[in-house]
Amino acid sequence: MKRLRVLFRGVGGQGTLLASRLLGEAAMEQDIPVRMSEVHGMAQRGGVVESAVLLGGLESPLVAEGQADVLVSFEPLETLRALPKCSRRTTIVTNTRPILPYTVKSGQAAYPDVEACLDFLRRNYRACHAYDAEAEAEAIGSPKVVNVLLLGTLLGTGLVPLEPGHLRETIRALVKPRFVELNLAALDRGLALADGREAPA
Amino acid sequence: MHFLLGKPPGDRLLLMGNEAICRGALEAGVAVASAYPGTPSSEISNNLFALSQEAGNRLYFEFSVNEKVAMEVAAAAGAAGLRSLTCMKHVGLNVASDVLLTLAYVGTEGGMVIVTADDPAMHSSQNEQDNRLYARFANLPMLEPTTPQEAKDMTAAAFEISEALKLPVILRTTTRTSHMRGPVTLGPIPAEKRTRGAFQADYMRWIPVPLTAKIRHGILLEQIEKGRDLAEASPFNRIEGTGPLGILASGAAACYVADAIRELGAEDEVTFLRLGFTFPPARNLFRRLLAGTERVLVVEELEPFQEEALRLVAQEAGLATPILGKGTGHFTRLNEYSPAEVTRVIAELLGRDPAPPEQPDFSELPELPLRPPSLCPGCPHHATFTAARTALEELGLAERTIYPADIGCYTLAVLPPIQMSDYLLCMGSSIGTSAGFSVATDQNVVAFIGDSTFFHAGIPSLINAVHNRHRFCLVILDNSTTAMTGHQPHPGATLTPPGYDRAVVPIERVVRACGVDMVKRIDPYRTEEAVAAFKEAFTSGALSVVIAEAPCLLYKKKLAGRAKA
Repeated sequence: MKRLRVLFRGVGGQGTLLASRLLGEAAMEQDIPVRMSEVHGMAQRGGVVESAVLLGGLESPLVAEGQADVLVSFEPLETLRALPKCSRRTTIVTNTRPILPYTVKSGQAAYPDVEACLDFLRRNYRACHAYDAEAEAEAIGSPKVVNVLLLGTLLGTGLVPLEPGHLRETIRALVKPRFVELNLAALDRGLALADGREAPA
Repeated sequence: MHFLLGKPPGDRLLLMGNEAICRGALEAGVAVASAYPGTPSSEISNNLFALSQEAGNRLYFEFSVNEKVAMEVAAAAGAAGLRSLTCMKHVGLNVASDVLLTLAYVGTEGGMVIVTADDPAMHSSQNEQDNRLYARFANLPMLEPTTPQEAKDMTAAAFEISEALKLPVILRTTTRTSHMRGPVTLGPIPAEKRTRGAFQADYMRWIPVPLTAKIRHGILLEQIEKGRDLAEASPFNRIEGTGPLGILASGAAACYVADAIRELGAEDEVTFLRLGFTFPPARNLFRRLLAGTERVLVVEELEPFQEEALRLVAQEAGLATPILGKGTGHFTRLNEYSPAEVTRVIAELLGRDPAPPEQPDFSELPELPLRPPSLCPGCPHHATFTAARTALEELGLAERTIYPADIGCYTLAVLPPIQMSDYLLCMGSSIGTSAGFSVATDQNVVAFIGDSTFFHAGIPSLINAVHNRHRFCLVILDNSTTAMTGHQPHPGATLTPPGYDRAVVPIERVVRACGVDMVKRIDPYRTEEAVAAFKEAFTSGALSVVIAEAPCLLYKKKLAGRAKA
């Protein structure tokens, strides 16, 4: 397959690591060469969390400036912060629901206007799949499935050569039994929320 | 069953570098392991602990009180002929360095592996020291994996090398290799292993007094030369491709180089020496690289460790091949590297000019608000800091108070809204530096230290403060776990994993035994009582200790969830 760099961004506690892990495991099951990186430790305490999944035979576990083929972001401000790692040919999958950082809550800084930002993303990038993942997750029955919703949408873009069936098996194998059905529902909903499939980059 | 044992040999698991190290240790038949947790090494200790809880693994593991003790436990197991491992973060090796430099003299009988996990770019650390220098300092062999597969294979190999040389072997990772995930093909775990050793007393070997240590130093230098032969022949050092540009790289940087060569289609232009057995330097391989190329680029994060070793070989061999790297300004000694930066430097040397990625004009975007990490919602440290601050303000002391800080979640108190961290060096430094501030200034001194950190490095400095009549208030933030690194137990912790049956050493008894008379225990959520206790401590005119007791809510919830499931 073509080499593909998928960058995940979110806020500590949103489940970005599990999302990237599921993608990586499913890729390995399908014999796609995979390498990943995660950040643990202090950053997870409410700070920005980044992980990366590199498919198709890349050795580096990192996505550098301008290198992301796909950005999957769990929070709109963090989508913007990740843009230096993207280029015009990047496809963006993003949650539109803000998580206000302390700097905003305390009045030291202003949160960017989300609609204006989405407009910027739609005008300047290859594609932008954006929705309120928290509202969708609540509709499914748990705010915790934001991560698998967005993962479903990543698959829905058609850019990752993964069978949804493989991902379903991975979810069954890795997620706690009582949360499996919720996560499978989130995967399906996420797939449907992709704003149309794209030809492989 | 632990996930590292979930598949048969030959199958693959998608493992983090740290997890792969644990699997490698199991495949090598490790019998005793010890650690003090620290990012990015913590997952090694967590998994070894979990594995030791399963009887079938016949593995003894302990969370030791600090890295020095952890290394001593593993060293003695090695002296008794068992295979042992200890792991720590880079600055943890500073704490254990007193052991390390003499352990190199006495050596080991059973294979002994010392894992140091470095943190270039300081994702979770106070400095980015390069622990490869410890290998050179102590004269111990060192391996550095670049992938999870190598992390497993090198760990297993390190035990063999250790036994062949009778020296401990350093396995050095960085954050990127510790937290990199990739497929790992499993090897077999031996059905039989030694779990009981026997120590053979021999003072000429094990007691480094001047007479014997002089001899042992000579033996160490002989053994490390034999290590050089192993490095020359090691499959972890290999040359890929042939071309006029030589590149030498190790660690995560080797991955970036490999991708860059492929991306630039430069397989026929580059001779790439990938180093995995990184100390002592494989001189013959270095010489081959220098002799067969027109110039050599060294790509390594942090210090010019291999670059200087290569320059030495060039001088010895009389080769004038230009050596490029940090000395020539091609790379920096700061931070971790980015794959894009490594590609750019190699492209430039090859005379390529790859088009930069097309970026839109970001000027229409607003300035982005920062999202610094913060104490978790509901963290009891909030309440403690608030109560201490209220007491200081009501006493009119807030303006002239210095807050020596320590290592843990509560270091985040440096950030708004708390801003009660003023000076920090290392584990335990809050107490020793409070002593210094109290003799050097007329300011009020209030220090904060966590429970695990207090046990790790706080006790001798507290005794020092009592003995030398230093005057300050020490606040011990007792949340009953080592929270920052992922909730490991410590000697005073009562919030422990299911089945954890080690003895509890109450902090208050330790503090009183150190000789402190003014000791207050508070529940930080009982605000009025807490503020009153702080006021009493702050105005006592003597050394005082306030122990703020409230469990880490995150961990308490996690343990409760585990009990239900």
